[in-house]
Amino acid sequence: MKQRISRIKQLRATGLLAMMLICLSPNILNAAENNERNGSKKNNKEVTFVRLSSDQYRNAIHDIFGESILVRGNGSSSGVREAGLMAVGERRLTLSASEVESYELLALDIANQVLHPSRRRTLLQCTPQNEKTLDNECAAQFITTVGLHLFRRPLSKNEIDAYVEIARSATESLGDFFFGLQAALVGMMVSPDFLFRIERSVPNPESPSTRQLDTWSRASRLSFFLWDTTPSPALLEAARSGELMFDEGLNQQIERMMTSPRIEDGLRAFFADMLAFDRFDTLDIDSNLYPRFTKNVEDEAREQTLLTIADQLLNKKADYRDLFDSRQTFLTPALAALYGVPIPIRQELGGKVPWVPYEYPENHARVGLLSQVTFLSLFSHPGASSPTLRGKAVREHLLCQIIPPPPPDVDFSLVRDTDNPNFKTVRDRLTEHRNNPTCSGCHTLMDPIGLALEVFDASGVYRTTENGADIDTSGQWAGQDYTDVNELAALLKDDPTLTSCLVHRAYNYGTARASTPTEVQWLNTTHTQLRNEGVRWRELMQRISRNPDFYTVPESSMAEEQ
Amino acid sequence: MKNKHRKISRRTLLRGTLNGSAIVLGLPILDSFLNDNGTAFAADGAALPPCFGSWFWGLGLTPDRWEPKTTGRGFVLPEHIASLKPIKEKLNIYSGLQVFLDGKVNQNHMSGAQGQMTGIVTKTSAEYDESFDAIIDKQLGANVRFRSLEVACDGNASSGWSARGSNGKTPYQISPLDLYTRIYGGGFQDPNQTEFIPDPEVMVRRSVLSAVTEQRQQLLKSVSSDDRSRLDEYFTSLRDVEQKLAFELDRPAPLPACSVPSLESEDIGTMVSQVQNTHRQFAQLLAHALACGQTRIFHVTLGNAFSTLRLPGEPSAYHALTHEEPIDTALGYQPKVKQLAEQCMGFFVELVQAMDAIQEGEGTLLDRSVVFAFTDHGEARLHSMKNMPVFTAGSAGGRLKTGIHVAAEGDAATRVGFTLQKAFGVVSNRWGTESNEVTQPFSEVLA
Repeated sequence: MKQRISRIKQLRATGLLAMMLICLSPNILNAAENNERNGSKKNNKEVTFVRLSSDQYRNAIHDIFGESILVRGNGSSSGVREAGLMAVGERRLTLSASEVESYELLALDIANQVLHPSRRRTLLQCTPQNEKTLDNECAAQFITTVGLHLFRRPLSKNEIDAYVEIARSATESLGDFFFGLQAALVGMMVSPDFLFRIERSVPNPESPSTRQLDTWSRASRLSFFLWDTTPSPALLEAARSGELMFDEGLNQQIERMMTSPRIEDGLRAFFADMLAFDRFDTLDIDSNLYPRFTKNVEDEAREQTLLTIADQLLNKKADYRDLFDSRQTFLTPALAALYGVPIPIRQELGGKVPWVPYEYPENHARVGLLSQVTFLSLFSHPGASSPTLRGKAVREHLLCQIIPPPPPDVDFSLVRDTDNPNFKTVRDRLTEHRNNPTCSGCHTLMDPIGLALEVFDASGVYRTTENGADIDTSGQWAGQDYTDVNELAALLKDDPTLTSCLVHRAYNYGTARASTPTEVQWLNTTHTQLRNEGVRWRELMQRISRNPDFYTVPESSMAEEQ
Repeated sequence: MKNKHRKISRRTLLRGTLNGSAIVLGLPILDSFLNDNGTAFAADGAALPPCFGSWFWGLGLTPDRWEPKTTGRGFVLPEHIASLKPIKEKLNIYSGLQVFLDGKVNQNHMSGAQGQMTGIVTKTSAEYDESFDAIIDKQLGANVRFRSLEVACDGNASSGWSARGSNGKTPYQISPLDLYTRIYGGGFQDPNQTEFIPDPEVMVRRSVLSAVTEQRQQLLKSVSSDDRSRLDEYFTSLRDVEQKLAFELDRPAPLPACSVPSLESEDIGTMVSQVQNTHRQFAQLLAHALACGQTRIFHVTLGNAFSTLRLPGEPSAYHALTHEEPIDTALGYQPKVKQLAEQCMGFFVELVQAMDAIQEGEGTLLDRSVVFAFTDHGEARLHSMKNMPVFTAGSAGGRLKTGIHVAAEGDAATRVGFTLQKAFGVVSNRWGTESNEVTQPFSEVLA
């Protein structure tokens, strides 16, 4: 694992731009100019755009300029979940004034680092003749090269001229050529071409009434889907050559990306979204009531979940379903203390957090993702576990089901009436609650799942009693009885809804939109096939990436004809 | 080789030079901007402009325990809202208001606040329209550094109710330190300083944004109608930042009441004490930002509508308590819920007093402002949309009468927002949609 991480770091440390320093072939610029002259009218229309997430912004900066560039802060500070995913919500959002303000300050800081004397030589292929005046050619070369990566497409001549003009004006005002380049760089980094993924389309030659993403937009979609970052030099080169528009070239690129360690970045981003890691931003488990739940534990729990998923799905090539009954995970000393299991401690004073592979014994209550601190704490109240929140989370995030909001005249007073000797456990109280006919419809769907997890408190610590009474973890899943979380995990694992949800979510994550009826049909067929062959991450990513509809623009998203 | 690198944000190196020439601008004496009566005036001789703020607290109040028994002036504050006494004469209370659903699903803890801020109750929680502060903003046409400042006191940036357009709610700032840095960090020009030096770095930054804004027309031509509004809103945001930089390049008009507040250590969280501390700091920062002419619109939310405020040692948060705490049969109410609601009222008083403590001539900052305090439910336990408690504090520069209890009889709560729009001079015959559309302001409070 260490080797893999260091390879990623190596790639990033050098920065794609520094690695590549490509001299753009005339073809690139010609393509851009052709777009400007002809395509923008009819053939190459911007159809829609998706806001970059904070992580994508950070990844792109590191990939383009090197990992040593510090991204101090976030530009966008919130998002919305739509169709179960924050990624889909990004297509609905724009940027508020305070967010643009943050992005402008971030851009200033990054531009300052990028053009620091210690770095500028690796990024600039030219040396200005006089550092106090504008070197037009050198500025154009810098803007052309950087612009390709920031905008994920070549800049047109007019665009290059516009940014050179910014550099000229700033150089004259501040008397320094590099300040001029910083100004141009800031301009590109606050441009919608960088802060949004602008997706352009062209008519589909096989079906002229429909449109498909153009070559550059394909590269972006593929890269953000598989690697959660901006297209690599190799992918941009494939876009430039036009090979991404054809199956053979597209498949070659997909194959190359699938075998890269960077695929883990894409997997992590997807599961962080699907499993609602945005809730970590406001997670507030009461440390007075749960003293073992510290900020470190919170951060490490998050990493534990992603490490486990990556190890299972990528390293072990396990089936997605195995995540729900696997006993293998990774622990740190702090997590082991919370989980109450012994692990060898190898942490040196001041050293990094040591992650130790760990396997729970058979029939241990810790089984799969649902028994990890991440899931248990994210779907709890600050001071109490919540079978309802946990059950709702399984339904909505893992099974793609929708639980309607509670009726207005809801009365949960029994749920918290712990003084009542008849209602010592939350099961007692919720059972009473479920007897209310207006509540029972939804709570019957949510509570049984959560009640099986009641052996874990709000912080994820294992327990067997609540208010002195034994916790009963039994229930029914789809008509079948279970007695504890182990048996529930086994039933959940076998439920086709679980894998169907993953397949649909992964597709929507990639397109950042809801699926069309044609796509739903394809997804259902794909799901059936995968369920028989094994729901494996790389196979799923590959099938989605190869599906021509993945690059088709649905009619409702198409621009109005001029 | 000598390191010639200069950081573009290092103002000290650049200050005072623009292509080598120094620019130092003197300012007139501050006292000349008070009239004979000592009322604060702006540099151009006009009265200081009105300001607008919204203040949201979730989960309402305990029904039948907060409504004054008499209407108009001279009402007695019921015990439940007795903490409002210090600001009573500068306060209006509105009771008997409701938000109409018109057959739509009650998006619990959302529809009520949405209806009051936007005039529209949507079918789904994913939809949200422009809030009425945007209408007031257009009316003010303010030359300010920040179009508006938005803060959330519970660490949740998504808990606010302000929206610029129909493309999502504005994210709120959660850290007092971040807000302090934003206002008083780089770019702040003390209006009372005697010298003013435009920063050439800021000039460059402004021209960069201006150049990017020029892409607007080209891009707008080619996007779908759905996306056009989002793109337009982005460019409007970009223009706001450009205008912020332009503001920093202008010599500010002197404002005698302007001073830079101090900042205590921050501890963001949902415990009542943490929320109070965060709110208190935000209240000071916002009041001083208004007094320093940095903005004219602000928004405060104590926490999200599913309020996560917590009492020490209490396993259930405020929202959970509204549904889970039994009604005490002897008292006739939910004791902890009532206690938390009263603490929220106390926080409101702190904000209003922070504004009232800033003297501007013979009036105060509060006098030229109005703060609109609203909530999500009339009775949170039942998610009731009836009898919504609403308050306004301040007289918007004499445009609103204060010290009045308005007892409506089931009127749309949007009447308060419409009344405030009228107070700010908005010319419009109606506001809101369906049953929440109103045509009549509360004329009894309009001066």
